[in-house]
Amino acid sequence: MSDDTSLNLFQQQEANRRRTVLLVVGFVVFFAWLGFGGDYIYHLSTLDAPRAAYHHTFPWFGIALTAVALLTAWYAYATGPEKVLWSTGAREVLDATDPKEKQLVNVVEEMAIAAGVPRPRIWIVDDADPNAFATGTDPLHAHVAVTRGLVDLCTRDELQAVIGHELGHVKNLDVRLMTTLAALVGAVALMHDGATRVLRGGFRGGSGGGGGGGGSRGGGKRGGAPLVLILLVVWIISWLLAPIITQMLALAVSRKREYLADAMSAQFTRNPLALASALQKIEGADAPTSAIKRGAAHLCIADPLGRRLTAREGLFADALATHPPMVKRIAILRGMGYAQLKLKKEGGGVA
Amino acid sequence: MFPWIFLALVVAAALWSIGAYNGLISLKNQTLNAFKQIDVQLKRRHDLIPNLVNAVKGAMEFEKSTLEAVIQARNQAVKVNAAGPEGIKQISKAENALSSALQRLMVVVEQYPQLKATGNIGQLQEELTSTENKVAFARQLYNDTATLYNTKQQQFPTNLVTGLARAQTADLWEITDQTEKAVPQVDLSMKPKA
Repeated sequence: MSDDTSLNLFQQQEANRRRTVLLVVGFVVFFAWLGFGGDYIYHLSTLDAPRAAYHHTFPWFGIALTAVALLTAWYAYATGPEKVLWSTGAREVLDATDPKEKQLVNVVEEMAIAAGVPRPRIWIVDDADPNAFATGTDPLHAHVAVTRGLVDLCTRDELQAVIGHELGHVKNLDVRLMTTLAALVGAVALMHDGATRVLRGGFRGGSGGGGGGGGSRGGGKRGGAPLVLILLVVWIISWLLAPIITQMLALAVSRKREYLADAMSAQFTRNPLALASALQKIEGADAPTSAIKRGAAHLCIADPLGRRLTAREGLFADALATHPPMVKRIAILRGMGYAQLKLKKEGGGVA
Repeated sequence: MFPWIFLALVVAAALWSIGAYNGLISLKNQTLNAFKQIDVQLKRRHDLIPNLVNAVKGAMEFEKSTLEAVIQARNQAVKVNAAGPEGIKQISKAENALSSALQRLMVVVEQYPQLKATGNIGQLQEELTSTENKVAFARQLYNDTATLYNTKQQQFPTNLVTGLARAQTADLWEITDQTEKAVPQVDLSMKPKA
């Protein structure tokens, strides 16, 4: 993934399409494993039960969980953008009367022209902390949302640069991957909470009764027991790790993309210094963006949770932060800006 | 064995040419589309200017000449309706004149803080800035796309299929040096008069 920035736009879009498919397939396969794995364990444990007792031969769990995963993935993909916007409490700007909002609409229209994409729908999150994000499935169905704080705090040029950054995400289809991921992370968290409760109840019953009701008792059977135990352990670990894995995915997916979107913004506005100063303002207002929750954090231009990790780079931060260090982003943009100034001074035109 | 290798090479070459050909055609259409976008934005600007000028006429009685210059440049630009490379030159000349007239108007507005305080002048400024930006960004997109297209045509080995795709070098939209440089000078000379 380190060579992402050297890919051209077409390859970038292709990579994002592929990754979205991989993500959805991985999601479904993971749930299939949870389901069919559970079935298999249950099957082994009922294998040498007495003739009259229940024998688990048909993989009900697997089929049910795979179906649920498929439905969830489809639902997440189809309604992801809506859900993300809904979770932040954004309102759409339809006909702006407020001069600041009118300016925002103008700026988005300008950047859409510069990026060569249709004008996205525009949303405002009524939160005083400056931040912005983009969501959608493709440039035709894209949304750009900014907080009220950003509109109030930034100059026209800075706003333009931030919108340019967001349209960069839209144009190279980052939004598709990141939105699907956000929706899946949400779904997994929800299912995990529910399933853990059910599972815990099951264990309690199993350890207490020994014979009686349902639940997965690997108990004191001969022969197959070690295998069943190992499978059971792996299976339980998968359950426990599910939300952590999806979180890690969300992180890995978003960090490198921010540098790329910064560069695209500079390409659209031809004004990297404006983005640098906008980022500085966003960084300066260090209160967390309270309207934006953990699930959508990786969509934002700057970490809305104001986490300390974002300030550093390194193995630990690389593994756990959703955003690259702001200082580094600003330094790169400044570098671009000064190169541009120097070119102008030497008489070479910057197209 | 040898015929097979030969056949494989021929197939590979054919596949590659199809790819290169399609790539060029796609870039050509993108370039055409980007050019149409400039047109769309210019039309938009032409439609917007009379409204904007009407909206501020009352407040800017003392800057009548500036407003008139804008209207005149706009009417001139609307009239130009030529095609071909010569046409592009004419269009860009008229549009550049309009741009500089608008820029002068913005500088004038900037000089009167009490003017800026009235609501609709602030709006006018925003709309003018946005209109000018839209035209500029449409041009930028066109120039970027055209440059990509031109480079692809000329680079080896894509240049082998350039003739087949009937690709021609696209003209970049230039801002003529005189107008670009003249704008600030004109503003300075206007200042004592105003």
